[in-house]
Amino acid sequence: MSGTGGREGMSDDADSGDLLHWLDPPVDKDLRFLTVRVWRGDETGAYQEYRVPRRDNQTVLDVLTHIQRHLDPGLAFRFSCRVGMCGSCAMLVNGTSRWTCRTRVDKVLGLGALTLAPLRNFPVIKDLCVDMSEFFDGVQRAEGRFVPKEPGARDFHSIPPGSRRRRRIDEAIECIGCGICHSACESVLANKEFLGPAALNRAWTLVNDDRDGAGRARLLAVAGDAGCQSCHSHQSCAQDCPKHLNPTRSIAGLKRAVAWATLTGRLTK
Amino acid sequence: MTRIRPRLESWLWLVQRAGAVVLLVGVAVHFTTNIMAVRNGLSAEEILGRTAGNMVFLIFYSLFSLAIAGHGAVGLRTLLREATPLPGAAIDGITLAVGILLAVVGCRIAYGFYAVGLPVGGAIAGQ
Repeated sequence: MSGTGGREGMSDDADSGDLLHWLDPPVDKDLRFLTVRVWRGDETGAYQEYRVPRRDNQTVLDVLTHIQRHLDPGLAFRFSCRVGMCGSCAMLVNGTSRWTCRTRVDKVLGLGALTLAPLRNFPVIKDLCVDMSEFFDGVQRAEGRFVPKEPGARDFHSIPPGSRRRRRIDEAIECIGCGICHSACESVLANKEFLGPAALNRAWTLVNDDRDGAGRARLLAVAGDAGCQSCHSHQSCAQDCPKHLNPTRSIAGLKRAVAWATLTGRLTK
Repeated sequence: MTRIRPRLESWLWLVQRAGAVVLLVGVAVHFTTNIMAVRNGLSAEEILGRTAGNMVFLIFYSLFSLAIAGHGAVGLRTLLREATPLPGAAIDGITLAVGILLAVVGCRIAYGFYAVGLPVGGAIAGQ
């Protein structure tokens, strides 16, 4: 429980609606407590400040849970598995997109304060919850679903684990759909139509799947100014991905595949 | 911006990348020959002595100019799309004009260096 108890831990000192206002964080001189600034409201909201007791091995999600249970039950944020599998608890922690369940406070504390904001490049619904429907629609627009080459196949399709195409899939397949890469991506920021790193990474795994039969349609879907060619290879997605995937590498693979299909006249349905 | 012309976009992307490859080689050759050319002091005589009537020079710098035009125009198109609110058709028009201008001016300059000293219509060009 908070030493301050109840709603006393909540301050009314709200800053102006600047989502990047973490650069000048307040520091709690009492080392038993953290000063936590949390975004409240939608895009036009503001930061709300809370005092939260510090704990050993405390995660950012623990901090949020404390605020919701003891200080402010109206705070909205998402989480589910708490062990880095579901990808639902992602948000901006001190300006960087992170999964909060696997982010320890002492790793990111910096000057002694935490600033938590909703993911970038997503519409904010309330507080730390963003609307991810466009993000998941992007996966569909990139033809990010398996289309069997032989719909009636009755036998296993053998794919050697060491084959080049299988290794490419292995490098990219562990995406948990948390949206962190989408939030980190400067190309998404500049071009709202851009499918984004996660959708293109998913498409790349299917382009390399020997069992998949939607190759041409998928290459057509990931070409163009909303597709792989709009990636400027900043590699922010690879830097921030909590699963240590490299969507930039996947997108580079898509660029090669689309270029080859264009040159050989196969960029058609 | 909409994803309506994936094939055209892919070709433009290829033009930009191919232009970059040509420029990589072209800039290396350009600087190497520049350094060689100025060993005896930078003079018009030294430069024109190498370029006038030299078909290899003309082809090389015409290709260089076309690569600049393709690479620059497509790159500018991407920049304008991402950094300005201009409509797509306007951006396409502006960058097409820039590309044609760069190509024409570049090739014309290369031809000028090539044609200096060649007889043109009974006169000597450049004199």
